[in-house]
Amino acid sequence: MPERNVCLIGGGMSSWGVREASIIDMAQEAAKECFDDVPALKKEAIDGLLFASSYCGRSAFQVNIAPVIAERIGVKPTSMCTRLDTLCAGGSAGVILATGLIRSGMADVVMVAGGEKLYTPQRWETYYSEMASIDHDWDGAQGMGLPPPFFSMTAKEHMKRYGTTKEQLSAVSVKNRRNGSTNPKAQFQKEVTLEEVMSARPIVPPLSLFDCTPITDGCAAVILTYEEKAKELSDRPLVYVRGTAQVSLHSMSMNWPGEHLGDWVHLRTAAKRAYEMARVGPDDIDVAQTHDCFTISEIIEMEELGFCKKGEGGPFVESGRSDFGGKIPVNTDGGLLSCGHPFGATGIRQAREILHQLQGRAIRQVEGAEIGLTHNLSGLNVEHTILIYGREP
Amino acid sequence: MGFENFGTVTFTTEAKTADFINYLGAGKVMATRCKKCGATYFPPRLDCPTCLSSEVEWFEVAGKGKLRSYTRVNYGPSGFEADAPYILALGEFDGVQILARLSRDIGENDIEVGMSLKVSPLKLPEGRLAYEFRRA
Repeated sequence: MPERNVCLIGGGMSSWGVREASIIDMAQEAAKECFDDVPALKKEAIDGLLFASSYCGRSAFQVNIAPVIAERIGVKPTSMCTRLDTLCAGGSAGVILATGLIRSGMADVVMVAGGEKLYTPQRWETYYSEMASIDHDWDGAQGMGLPPPFFSMTAKEHMKRYGTTKEQLSAVSVKNRRNGSTNPKAQFQKEVTLEEVMSARPIVPPLSLFDCTPITDGCAAVILTYEEKAKELSDRPLVYVRGTAQVSLHSMSMNWPGEHLGDWVHLRTAAKRAYEMARVGPDDIDVAQTHDCFTISEIIEMEELGFCKKGEGGPFVESGRSDFGGKIPVNTDGGLLSCGHPFGATGIRQAREILHQLQGRAIRQVEGAEIGLTHNLSGLNVEHTILIYGREP
Repeated sequence: MGFENFGTVTFTTEAKTADFINYLGAGKVMATRCKKCGATYFPPRLDCPTCLSSEVEWFEVAGKGKLRSYTRVNYGPSGFEADAPYILALGEFDGVQILARLSRDIGENDIEVGMSLKVSPLKLPEGRLAYEFRRA
């Protein structure tokens, strides 16, 4: 079979935040929204289900969750039904794998869903085994656990080398919270002022409360299919998967691949590959959803994705060049800082926002957007994942 | 003896490098060097990640290193709740880079990037073993 063009045609989300609902309940909410979004799509047409979740085995006490979810949403996959885990990039990895399955003819219509239930009724259990997401035996044995201490080192390094300021970190939070304030799915739908961000309580200096993504329950889902089927199922503009990359160069702190902690060579490598596959460059991207797990992350991502020069990410965000009306609007739905971060769902939430942007139906619309990019960082910065979507194949 | 006496953990691994813990008990922090390609590793690897050879030898990380970066853990993960706050540091040694806790003897105001460090075995309560950075 010749290679087929692959399109993203619909998406849905549960509401995100602190939920009294199971991961399976929330997956069902997200899937229902997918079917509402593409009314011509019948459940019987879905032959593949990929579900991205890292912590379901721990915080929901459910492994082999894909068949459980398939049953709850009433689909009977015949080509592929599996869970996958690349922590914060699981959803994007699912979209990449679904693209490969559909492009090659191994599957026709795939739902990529993902999510986490991170708050548990016994609050002491909540998200408290994060050492499992790094090299547990070695980094974990030293007490490297939750992410803020690692990203504070990254922020300090960037501030020292390039003169990045706390005000510039804060500008990312102010922008993304403003973008998220009109997103009904976001965990936080309230704007914050620069003063509020600057004076918030410290988490690990220089990072304070609004520099950090929260802990979140939530699920998201999207539907992918081949071009001809997409035309059959939807009257909306087609959105094609044009370029993908997932780059993994190390798995622990002491094997860091860059010159210093603010030098993200693995992201540069991923960007180069994804741009080449999509036949575009950074100047062609009209809208981007990048992984703002911490404010410093978005600043370095602007540099490594080629939106500005190395070291100039701070002034770039502070001057509004990553905002509406600037060079490239980034995290138009509020990003992780507003929406929250139920790991396996995040890449899918980003895909859904790019789908809406390229179809002209986003809540905060970038006028005339034709090419969009999503980016995830996984774990303690061990892996970078990029997808580029376009209105043309 | 193996990993059950190493560090502070919530899950005990079984790994081919369990001799590392025996060396710690004898007062030495060890890394590995591949006899075939010369690549050095910390944490130790009994099969070389560079050339995949299994002919590796242990060597002691005995020299002075330099502090590359550090951070403070305010909220300890499972098993570390009572320890926090503490300092984690990255140290560069001859051929290897190490992440370890900084000794509590070094006050946070005295920490400087580039300062000289050594890595030393650390005895924890109940016979557990770990390693930490101390002033060199």
